[in-house]
Amino acid sequence: MFKYILKRLLQSLLTLFIIATVVFFLMRLMPEEGYFGEKYDKMEPAQIEAELRAMGLRDPLPVQLFRYYGQLLKGDLGKSITVQPKKAIVNIIEKRAPYSIRFGLISVGISLCVGIPMGTVMALFKKRLPDKLGNMYIIFIHAVPAAVYYLFIQLYASGLFNLPILYNNRDPSSMWLPIISMSLGGTATYAMWTRRYVVDQMNKDYVKFARAKGVSERRITFGHMLRNALVPMAQNLPASILLTISGSIYIESLYSVPGMGNLLLSAISKQDNPLVQALVLIYSSLGIFGLLLGDLLMVICDPRIKLEREKENR
Amino acid sequence: MKKKIERLEGSIDERIREIGGEGELFSPAPYDPTQAEMGGYSNYSYWRSTLKSFRRNYMAMFCLFLLALLLLFTMIQPLLPGQHGPTEINWLENGRTDSNHAPDGTFIFGTNSIGQDLWARVWSGTRTSLLIGLCVAACNAVIGILVGALWGYVRSLDRFLTEVYNVIHNIPRNIILILVSYLARPGVGTIIFAMCITGWLPMARFIRNQIVTIRDLEYNLASRCLGTPTGRIITRNLLPYLVSVITLRISLAIPQAIGSEVFLTYIGLGLPVTIPSLGNLINEGRAVMMAPASRYQLIFPAIILSVITISFYVIGNAFADSADPKNHV
Repeated sequence: MFKYILKRLLQSLLTLFIIATVVFFLMRLMPEEGYFGEKYDKMEPAQIEAELRAMGLRDPLPVQLFRYYGQLLKGDLGKSITVQPKKAIVNIIEKRAPYSIRFGLISVGISLCVGIPMGTVMALFKKRLPDKLGNMYIIFIHAVPAAVYYLFIQLYASGLFNLPILYNNRDPSSMWLPIISMSLGGTATYAMWTRRYVVDQMNKDYVKFARAKGVSERRITFGHMLRNALVPMAQNLPASILLTISGSIYIESLYSVPGMGNLLLSAISKQDNPLVQALVLIYSSLGIFGLLLGDLLMVICDPRIKLEREKENR
Repeated sequence: MKKKIERLEGSIDERIREIGGEGELFSPAPYDPTQAEMGGYSNYSYWRSTLKSFRRNYMAMFCLFLLALLLLFTMIQPLLPGQHGPTEINWLENGRTDSNHAPDGTFIFGTNSIGQDLWARVWSGTRTSLLIGLCVAACNAVIGILVGALWGYVRSLDRFLTEVYNVIHNIPRNIILILVSYLARPGVGTIIFAMCITGWLPMARFIRNQIVTIRDLEYNLASRCLGTPTGRIITRNLLPYLVSVITLRISLAIPQAIGSEVFLTYIGLGLPVTIPSLGNLINEGRAVMMAPASRYQLIFPAIILSVITISFYVIGNAFADSADPKNHV
């Protein structure tokens, strides 16, 4: 167990290191005006050269690379250039992240609370009306791009329920629409997987045995089938919770929530190279650690998995 | 084959005559399926069963019909008489642009805020988006199948490819899309490239898993022991199990690519405004959606887009179900 955790941890660190390096080299490909902002057009080529030199961007690549590693180890992500000039990126993120986390956590909670019961009901009423309705919902949400149905929710639901169209700090009811829109996709995914796993479990011998033994249907469903069905879903849970920090790019800009997704958008539209670099790094490390925690959670939930993994690796 | 049999029959007849038998000793029996089944011969054909069970799914057949109609129409629409150009600006007699013209006889879907015909733009946009979707799906299929097959068969590559998969898979998809579009110049090529970088991963992974599980199953081992040529093992034993996965991934890649294009356009990294695409149209519609009178500019492209993506999704799922040999009787 301990050995497995250590191995996975080292693997994640290695992945993170590779990603940091790749991001560094990608940033060298970025347009140079991204280091100056609006004044770039008025500057002389010699002046640009001098400033780039001052920022250390004309040093040999290995020197730059190691300086970059050093800064990362100290937790220094650099300074923003155009979005909030001269401000440390860490401080900007500190202010933005809580909004994204708040929206994200509530919507993950809603998705879980609605999606899992929905999937269970669909499995129990397989090929009957609830299953068909649920399937229609899942197909719709998965097939139509989120960018399209979000727009229609904003357009019609705001008028229908008399809710504000944009988010503002003082009005808690303005949180409803963004949160509900965000949870629709998650609900569909959780419902789909729950249904699939519960249907898988239904014909297993242990279920038949429990039924023969006279265990009540309710205990079979909730105590036996659902418990086993939820194990594979535990793997994705930490990643989806961690990634709430990064926020939903689309929702945040539609409802003008001052979160991380919106920050990435403004960083891109204002070509703020260091900020884009920092955000890409943060997002990918969140993804990596989410996956790591998911794997560990799986092992804790279901001890059989560890043995299978070890067999596979041999 | 048939010739061979005839020649064989002929030689047998000759031989019989040589022996001196009178008339015909043997008469060929007509093919009778029920008799054949008693002898243990099965008339099973993979593709026939697949088609049969696909045809039974009415929803999917309806979507296929709808999609075929739509595809045909996008192809012939520019050839029809009396069409406006998708980027041509229409002027009123008083010298102003005919903008936000509500749908009527001349402009079936109305005009947009700078007076371009929405009908022509929607179909032209559909062509662009479908082109992107099909290219991405084709690239994903080719790269995914090649890498997946190597990954599954060549055991020494397994470790390396798994690591590569982990690295790319760990970064959120949207981030890679955004990063590539940020670095490169906007255009159809850039968008296709950006989507292909990550798109082949799920395909490769599924193919690899299938191959690893099927490769060493008893029936394949038996085939190999009996001396079945590799080509036949691949086409008869492995491929039927992969067809389902491959078609599913391809048909899901198309709606996903169309959706990603809408997303990229929204955040300002998509196609330039001069190339109409469904993403561009929806973005234009979004800009004017708050005025109820011009909402049609958002609704028409959104409906066409939803019909396309839902059809691909439904057809893909239905075909994958019916192509899975496990579901064949």
